[in-house]
Amino acid sequence: MLLEVEDLHVEFRTRDGVARVLNGVGYHVSAGETVAVLGESGSGKSVTAQAIMGILDTPPAFVTRGSVRFRGEELLTASPERRRAIRAEGVAMIFQDALSALNPVFTVGFQIEEQLRLRRGMSRADARARAIELLDLVRIPAARQRVREYPHQFSGGMRQRAMIAMALALDPEVLIADEPTTALDVTVQAQIMDLLAEVQRERRMGLVLITHDLGVVAEVADRIVVMYAGRIVEQADAVSLFRAPGHPYTAALMRSLPRLDAKGAALETIRGLPPSLLRIPSGCPFHPRCPRAEDVCAARVPPDVPLGPGRSSACHFAEEVVGG
Amino acid sequence: MGELLEVRDLVKHFPVTRGVAFRRTVGRVRAVDGVSFSLRAGETLGVVGESGCGKSTLAQVLMRLEPPTSGTALFEGEPVFSLRGAALRRWRRDMQIVLQDPYTSLNPRMTVGDIVGEPFEIHPEVAPRGSRAGRVRELLDVVGLNPEHINRYPHQFSGGQRQRIGIARALALRPKVIVCDEPVSALDVSIQAQVMNLLAELQGEFGLAYVFIAHDLSVVRHLSDRVAVMYLGKIVEIGTEEEIYEHPTHPYTQALLSAVPVADPTLRGRRDVIRLTGDVPSPLTPPTGCRFRTRCWKAQDVCATDEPALLTRIGTHPSACHFAEERHII
Repeated sequence: MLLEVEDLHVEFRTRDGVARVLNGVGYHVSAGETVAVLGESGSGKSVTAQAIMGILDTPPAFVTRGSVRFRGEELLTASPERRRAIRAEGVAMIFQDALSALNPVFTVGFQIEEQLRLRRGMSRADARARAIELLDLVRIPAARQRVREYPHQFSGGMRQRAMIAMALALDPEVLIADEPTTALDVTVQAQIMDLLAEVQRERRMGLVLITHDLGVVAEVADRIVVMYAGRIVEQADAVSLFRAPGHPYTAALMRSLPRLDAKGAALETIRGLPPSLLRIPSGCPFHPRCPRAEDVCAARVPPDVPLGPGRSSACHFAEEVVGG
Repeated sequence: MGELLEVRDLVKHFPVTRGVAFRRTVGRVRAVDGVSFSLRAGETLGVVGESGCGKSTLAQVLMRLEPPTSGTALFEGEPVFSLRGAALRRWRRDMQIVLQDPYTSLNPRMTVGDIVGEPFEIHPEVAPRGSRAGRVRELLDVVGLNPEHINRYPHQFSGGQRQRIGIARALALRPKVIVCDEPVSALDVSIQAQVMNLLAELQGEFGLAYVFIAHDLSVVRHLSDRVAVMYLGKIVEIGTEEEIYEHPTHPYTQALLSAVPVADPTLRGRRDVIRLTGDVPSPLTPPTGCRFRTRCWKAQDVCATDEPALLTRIGTHPSACHFAEERHII
């Protein structure tokens, strides 16, 4: 197990009150495995990643409980220096918006080389050579010239590639990709997903892919973690989850998607809105929107019901849901 | 049935200038570069394409928010771009727009009632002053918002609800056409379905025609009767929803369809995948001949010299490719 998150609780202390953003999140990633974290805005999928990386803004964010372990080593209580070291060489992260993740006043090459010089003690010349190799690896054409250019001179797809190159510079064992293709056009998105999958396979990296896109998930994920209102509502391998979702929220999400291969009638919708994290509903947080909610759903938080190996669903009626 | 809107050879170039005291034009962004299509009453024309293809500029020009460089648009036979005075005001009632970002397209200092009722200030003949609050409540109800919330401000609503406010505003003057520019792309999946269903219901109820602009091919298919695919300022293929999705003949359409991830893990590695290389070229200096040739796997010498016209070469619908050929993708 490379990366383990257990019972993670994060709250945001705001002027309007305490937002319970994560309420007991746990998942794990092994070498060579792709875990997709699926959720809508406010589900806590990015906050979990930021907590893993130790880049939450405190205040307002506070980790109140839980554990994040990399190769068995607890990160939440580690010293800042130790976390920095792990952030550089153990777990790296790429973001949706490459333009704001890259520093506009330094060349792309400099930003890749900086870490190599600081962490690996490379000379300028060696670092430059390695940066060119990395840009080549992520298939940036004319890497030798491009290494001297600034982020604004790159197109959106190339910036994303440059950020991936930067994240790979120190050979991380786990890569967390937070909506890496959401801002990209569909043809470029496909290129970037192919690239990530290839790099991951070759290096046997653990990949945590955070996304809202069910299609992307279906194409690359080994396992899927579905989040809602700061909780994991379902975990399953990709094939099982798409064949028979085990949580009413997952099932409803799938039915609300328009299809590329057929022009359907009206889409099924999920009624209402995701809850405010300042006032999460009692019991199961999904119950006000759930088509099969009963009294028990408002009264008691559902346990994680096991549904076969590596599968679970946090629903009082999980077995019936998965059975159709 | 006659055409409601007939667009011919529409061109919109934006000059690129250098210098402050001596401004000179150093180039032109060919955002829309010769687009023709027609729209019938009550139908939906989907427009798909990647960023920079000119689909949003097309919306701006159609709404007369930007003047065209050249070309014509006839609305019920009247030339839209030369309308003035009373005729222009009358036409503006018939054509409305819904924008992508529900956070920036609503004035944060106005109440929902003022936002949705503002069109009546400009077109008082549609609703006399005394009846306006009632009309606004009706409109809020039609788009699925609580009419009691008429005095709330935009920030008190979620993204999906704000998009409903924008739709209510567009509906206020009982238009015949609504141009929807990426109306659901900023919304979460579960909310997106609600807004798409609403647009479909309203179309049935009010006989609206939509120009539905989006980059998501599944969303476009779901709502459209006919679909135009744009690349670098031009329509490369246009046809019925079935012709475009089931029988695409332009390589770009085929590549777009192929790039959409499919929500079925059992198909992994078993699909016929076309991968384009590189990004969309700059519309400042589009490639000669066929604009898609720099990314096209079928490109030959003729593609660099002769621009392919949008013609029916094969099958039943037009496609702007010298080597148009049907290929089943999905």
